[in-house]
Amino acid sequence: MALSVIGFFAWVVSDMFFRGAQHLSWDFLMHPPRSAGRSGGISTILVGTLCIIALALVIAVPIGLGAAILLAEFGKTVETVTYWVRRSLDLLAGVPSIVFGLFGLAFFGEYLGWGWSILSGGMTLACMILPVLIRSTEKSLRAVPQSLRHGAAALGLSKRTALWHLTLPAAAPGITAGLVLSIGRALAETAALLFTAGSAIRMPESWFDSARPLSYHIYLLAIEVPGGQERAYTSAVILIGMLLLLNGLAMVLMRRVRRRLTAA
Amino acid sequence: MPRPSFPPEQIHLLSVPGIRDTDRFGNWGDRLLLLTLWLCGAVAGLVSLLLVAYVCAQSAPFLRDIGLLRLFTDPRWAPRQGWFNLVPMLIGSLYVTLGAVSVASIWGVGIAIFNAFYAPATIARVVRSVLSLRAGIPSVVYGLWGLTALVPLLNRLYPPGFSVLLGILILTIMILPMIALLADAAFQAIPQEHVLGAAALGCTRWQIICGVAIPAARPGLATAVLFGLTRALGETIAVSVVMGNTIAIPDHILAPARTLTAHIALEMGYAVEDHRAALFVAGGLVLGIVSTIIIAAAFLDQRGSTMT
Repeated sequence: MALSVIGFFAWVVSDMFFRGAQHLSWDFLMHPPRSAGRSGGISTILVGTLCIIALALVIAVPIGLGAAILLAEFGKTVETVTYWVRRSLDLLAGVPSIVFGLFGLAFFGEYLGWGWSILSGGMTLACMILPVLIRSTEKSLRAVPQSLRHGAAALGLSKRTALWHLTLPAAAPGITAGLVLSIGRALAETAALLFTAGSAIRMPESWFDSARPLSYHIYLLAIEVPGGQERAYTSAVILIGMLLLLNGLAMVLMRRVRRRLTAA
Repeated sequence: MPRPSFPPEQIHLLSVPGIRDTDRFGNWGDRLLLLTLWLCGAVAGLVSLLLVAYVCAQSAPFLRDIGLLRLFTDPRWAPRQGWFNLVPMLIGSLYVTLGAVSVASIWGVGIAIFNAFYAPATIARVVRSVLSLRAGIPSVVYGLWGLTALVPLLNRLYPPGFSVLLGILILTIMILPMIALLADAAFQAIPQEHVLGAAALGCTRWQIICGVAIPAARPGLATAVLFGLTRALGETIAVSVVMGNTIAIPDHILAPARTLTAHIALEMGYAVEDHRAALFVAGGLVLGIVSTIIIAAAFLDQRGSTMT
C-alpha cells in the first residue's frame, strides 16, 4: 500500500519537474502581444480566453443557479420535471468534450450561423459546465439545515423571501466554491472549443470574432509549430498557475463552509 | 398527532402540519419564481436533448446514404475515395481505454484502501488534496508533458516513441485521481458499524478490507471505475498527442495508433459532406457508449443506495 503513496508522490514530483524544466522567459510572456507564435507573449490569447469563459459564466450561472434551486428547494412540487432534469444532467455530465464540440459546431456554429467565434465557444462551454455547476450548487443548497427553512415558514415568510434572504446567503460559500471549480474546468477545456472558437491569434474585437483559448494554444504550439514547445511550456505554466489559484480559492471557501456548518 | 416517519432531511415544508401550501397556489411572487426556476430547469434538460438531436441529425445523411455497416467493412479509412472504415480507430480506442482503466482501477482502489484504512488522518488529507489538484490539470498539459518527456524516452528504446503504451500510460495518470477519489468516497460511505463490528469479532485489518469493506463499497467502486471509463473514452487531446495518430490497427503495444476521439478532432477541421457525417456518426458512437455506461452506473448507484 505504501507503494501507491510513493507512486503518485513520484508522479507529482515529475509533474513539477517538467513545469520547472522550461521555466525560462516567464516574465516575457506576461504581457507583450503575440508575434508569430514562436515568440512574443500571449496577451491576446489571454484576453480571448477570458472573453470565452466570461461569456460561458454569464450564460451558465443564472440558468444553473435557477435549475439548482429548482432541484433542491422545489423538488417535491414538480416531481416529474425534476426527475428528468436530473437524469439529463447526469447524462450531460458524462458526455465527452469532443461530442460537445461537435454539437457546438452543428448548433451554434452552423444552425445559428455564428461560425467560429467567442459566442459559439462560450455557449458550448456554458453547456459543458452547466451540469457541474448545478450539481455543486444543489449540494450546497441541500447542506443548508432544514431548520432554517422551517423557521422561515414558521415566521410566515414566503418561499421567495426565505430563499433570497436566508438560504442563498447560507449556501453562498459552497456555491461560490462550485463556481470556482467550474471556472477551473472551463479553463482546462480544449476539445470542445476546437471547432467552435476557432484559432485566431489577434485581439478579438467583437463577440463574433474568433479567439484562441489558452489550452488550444498550448496544444497548437506543442504539435504544429516547430520550435514552439518552449512557449507551450510557459503557457502551460500560466494555465496551471491560474488553476492552482482557483483551486486554492475553492478550498478556502469550502473550509469556510465547513466551519460555518459545524459552528451552527 | 401522527409524526411523519421519514428521516429528517426528507421532511418537506408541506408535510409539517400547519404550513400553508404556498408553493403551488401562493402569491404571484412565488409563482413567478417557480416559473422562472422551471424554465431554468427546462433549459438545462433541453441542452442534452438538443445535443443528442443534433448529433443524430448530422449523422443521418451518412447513415441513410452509406449505412452503418460500411464503418466496419470498408477496406480502409480514405474519405476522399469513399472508404470509411473506422475499425482501426475503434481498436485503438479500445486498447487504450481498457488498458488504462484496468491499471488505474487497481491502482486507484489501492490508493483509496490505503487512504481509508491505513493512513493517519493528516496524510489522508494530503493525499486527497494532491489527488484533487491532479484531477484538475488540463489534458493538454498532460499531453505536453507526455510529448516532451515520455515520447523521447521511449523513442530511445523503441524507434517510434509514439505508441499505445504511452497512450495507456498518460490516460492512466489522468483518470487515476478521479477513480481514487471516488473509491475513497465509497469507502468513507460504509457505515462504521460494519467495520467496527468486524474488528470486534477479531478480524485482521486485511480480513476486514477483503471481507467487509470491499463488498460493502462495491456499488460505489463500480461507479468509480465506470466514470473512469467514460472519462478515458472521452479523452481526446492528451492521447492523440502521444499516440502518433497513424490510421492502422496497432499490432503490438509499442505501435502508434489513433483513438476514435482523436480521429474526430483531427479530421473535423477539413471534413466535408459525407466525411463530416461519418465523423458525426463516430461522435454518436462515442456518445452512445458513454451514455450506456452512465445509465448502467446510475442503475448500480440506485441498487447500492437501497442496500443497507
